[in-house]
Amino acid sequence: MAVILQSRRRKIIFAAGAVLLLAILLGLNADQASEWFEQNDPVLRQALVTGILIGGVFALVAMGLTLIFGVLDIINFAHGALMTVGMYITFVLFDNYGIDPYISILITVPALFLIGVVVQRVIIRPASNAPPHNLLLLTLGLALLLQNAMLVIFSGTPRSIRLDYGRGETPIGPFIIDFPLHLFGTTITLNKLIAFIMAMVLAAGLYILLQKTDLGKAIRASAQDKEGAALVGVDIQRIGLITFGIGVACVGAAASLVLPFFFVDPVAGNTFNITAFVIVVLGGLGSIPGALLGAFIVGITQEMGVVFMPSSTKLLGVFIVFILVLLFRPQGLMGKKE
Amino acid sequence: MSKLRELSSDYYWLLAVTAVFAVVSLFLDQFQISLAILILFWALLGAAWNILGGYAGQFSFGHAAYYGIGAYTSVVLLINFEVSPWVGMAAGAALAGLFALLIGYLSFRYGLKGAYFALATFAFAEMLRLIASELELINTSVGIHVPLIGGDSWLRLQFEDTPSNFFFAILILFVVVMLVSIWVARHKVGYYFQAIREDEDAAAALGVDPLGYKLAAIVISGALTALGGSFFVQHFGYVNPELVFGVAISIEILLRPIVGGIGTIWGPLIGAIVLTPLAEFTRDFVRNPPPFLEIIEGRAGVDVMIFGVILIAIIIFMPDGIVGAAVRLRERFLS
Amino acid sequence: MSDTLLQIDSVTKAFGGLLAVNSATLDLNQGEILGLIGPNGAGKTTLFNMTSGEIQPDKGSIYFSGDDITGHKPHVIAQSGLVRTFQIVKPFAKLSVVENVMVGAFINTSSVEKAEWRAREVIEFVGLGSHADQPASNLTTASRKRLELARALATRPRLLLLDEVMAGLTPTESASMVELLQSIREQGVTQLVIEHVMQAIMTLSDRIAVLHHGELIAVGEPAHIASDSRVIEAYLGEEFEIAEN
Repeated sequence: MAVILQSRRRKIIFAAGAVLLLAILLGLNADQASEWFEQNDPVLRQALVTGILIGGVFALVAMGLTLIFGVLDIINFAHGALMTVGMYITFVLFDNYGIDPYISILITVPALFLIGVVVQRVIIRPASNAPPHNLLLLTLGLALLLQNAMLVIFSGTPRSIRLDYGRGETPIGPFIIDFPLHLFGTTITLNKLIAFIMAMVLAAGLYILLQKTDLGKAIRASAQDKEGAALVGVDIQRIGLITFGIGVACVGAAASLVLPFFFVDPVAGNTFNITAFVIVVLGGLGSIPGALLGAFIVGITQEMGVVFMPSSTKLLGVFIVFILVLLFRPQGLMGKKE
Repeated sequence: MSKLRELSSDYYWLLAVTAVFAVVSLFLDQFQISLAILILFWALLGAAWNILGGYAGQFSFGHAAYYGIGAYTSVVLLINFEVSPWVGMAAGAALAGLFALLIGYLSFRYGLKGAYFALATFAFAEMLRLIASELELINTSVGIHVPLIGGDSWLRLQFEDTPSNFFFAILILFVVVMLVSIWVARHKVGYYFQAIREDEDAAAALGVDPLGYKLAAIVISGALTALGGSFFVQHFGYVNPELVFGVAISIEILLRPIVGGIGTIWGPLIGAIVLTPLAEFTRDFVRNPPPFLEIIEGRAGVDVMIFGVILIAIIIFMPDGIVGAAVRLRERFLS
Repeated sequence: MSDTLLQIDSVTKAFGGLLAVNSATLDLNQGEILGLIGPNGAGKTTLFNMTSGEIQPDKGSIYFSGDDITGHKPHVIAQSGLVRTFQIVKPFAKLSVVENVMVGAFINTSSVEKAEWRAREVIEFVGLGSHADQPASNLTTASRKRLELARALATRPRLLLLDEVMAGLTPTESASMVELLQSIREQGVTQLVIEHVMQAIMTLSDRIAVLHHGELIAVGEPAHIASDSRVIEAYLGEEFEIAEN
């Protein structure tokens, strides 16, 4: 504990020094800096908007992951692979039956919920008394299994779908709106907008489930204190199954929302996996509001990172933020200090 | 003293294992030799990881970082300065050790443990991969081919004519890593590592410096892992960031010691002996399936699927790894 | 006073708004057993934690054998001869009893043989000889307490901080623990003991210090403490037994 107190002072000095350095650099290059900002202003704004939109979907994925961790203490490495499964389901429903992805959510969500329950029952629960690294490997093994199963079934060719609406004039209820939208100098496509809105709706739904229903209370009780919850009559086993199911159902929804503007191949879920982990740590392992906040921060960082470091991939900026968070606030923005 | 006898016995076992491997290799065909090389290769990497993950209890999910540093250091020194890969290996180990010190210091100084530490190590490895993909010095993601001068050369660690010599090279490296492992396990430092793993606060209250010893563990572990990376480049002849810094490598490295028995001296080797032929077997099985399963013939991904299922089964039914299961079996037998 | 082994000087610690320890000053003499008692939440463990380095005091200093150890790291303090046990025992579960104690013994040696020799010696001394090669996770609570003690003893401490080493023990077990602690004192080890089992602590201690709401309200010989009105008032509502001298 003494160590932490000392290092807090150090952290503040370090942070102050970094800010000072940044300010000096900016000051010295004030002209260049302002010119750069002016030049890149539209790009930055676009990055901000795209970041927020994609952040909504990230939030859905991350909330599922953090829920599973909060209640079951499992880091679900198969989260991304399960999302890929959802994406393939959405693809098949669209490609073979013409079902609109925003409608197939009604299928992917329960389907993935079921898959989640089965996984928890068959694979994870038998190993629940094993050391934590075993559980890690189990979900990893599952990810390998799922990824390769999809490789076998669908081959490695990337697939994508193309909706025949959302370009040009689009009727929405009584209005006719021209897509893509042009707002504040940025471009917003219909797909991303719907994804964002629906993700937020579902997130709100999850929040209401957790806060207002009995099931939600039982889940939150299990997350806080398993033994205590069991003592007051909560069926821990059942809650575990349901929670895992809900967590996976979240990626099912995200999968359907994302497919219209993303492609799917056997490893499509991997970037979402990595990003979700960063978000969950950033927000605080087990914290739903933290996952939401973290998702937007990461989404924006990801998009903006490319503007500041054009030669790098989007992930590099994310990882830098990740490391910084781990160092300066490992419990995350909303997590509790252990 | 009972411990004194035990101290010697592990070294004797190592001698015996080495002798068996060396002698048997003379009678193996090309394919079997390459299998043996793989077994020792993964056993080496697993033993290195085990020092940090098994003994010190700090689960690293990013050992690819050190592996990759070893690989790139030796190949860059070879190409630019004609330095023998053996020297390059040592340089790679030193550099990897330095990097491990950095990662370790940043992580442990700020109290990262368990899942947080695992994710941090993963992030560091991924960062290295991304940076390496952009670095002109090492040819970005295009990668580097090892310049072959033809024929055999122990100095340049290449054996075009007699690939089975690679077996003896990896055997040497394996022995080196195992010697360090045994030394760590059977000396004060190993006891301190395990104390930190079991209960860091209790260990500190008994005079163990948790930060210092964790750093020692990660540096030793990282440096030894780099040896495997350097060997890989010479054996495979080509390197790129995805191959050596990718998360797949980090996973493969920790798979065998956990299956074999985490925190034991022989777990990594046993895990390698069991899993490596298993992977080969499943691959072969898919290439030539029995008649009633011919639908899976040649399909990409089936072998990994089968491997995944078996892996899951092993983890569920043998939570302490193979060594742990064997110990429990012995206890049940004796009682 | 060259006889003073430990000097706690006006040490204060607050957690958020709660003042856990308020300007505590206490001296410990070489070779004595000082009992630290007080109602639950009085701040005893916090005082311990500041002495052994787990927590840093907000104000005040702590001197061990004349050296300032305030705010030093736990392992450094342990290396200088001040060793503590934990209220909730922390055995190294996967290691055997011998290996557990060897971790303590290694503080003075790098040799496995010497550490094992010292470990077995201490294990015999505390009476765990028959369990020496068993995994620590197999032990009963009483045995685990002895293991905790043995580990600390193996370091050859000059000062031993014992945090409720008798919690969870039956009266018989407590009595034999008291004997054990007395023989440890005979070996020249000074002890600061937190305890709730009144009978034991009154018998064992040369002096008693009473902590209440973070403040030391009384320090003195057991008989005086037992009849001190402030002490009695502090414990009003608490069950306790006073050893009759």
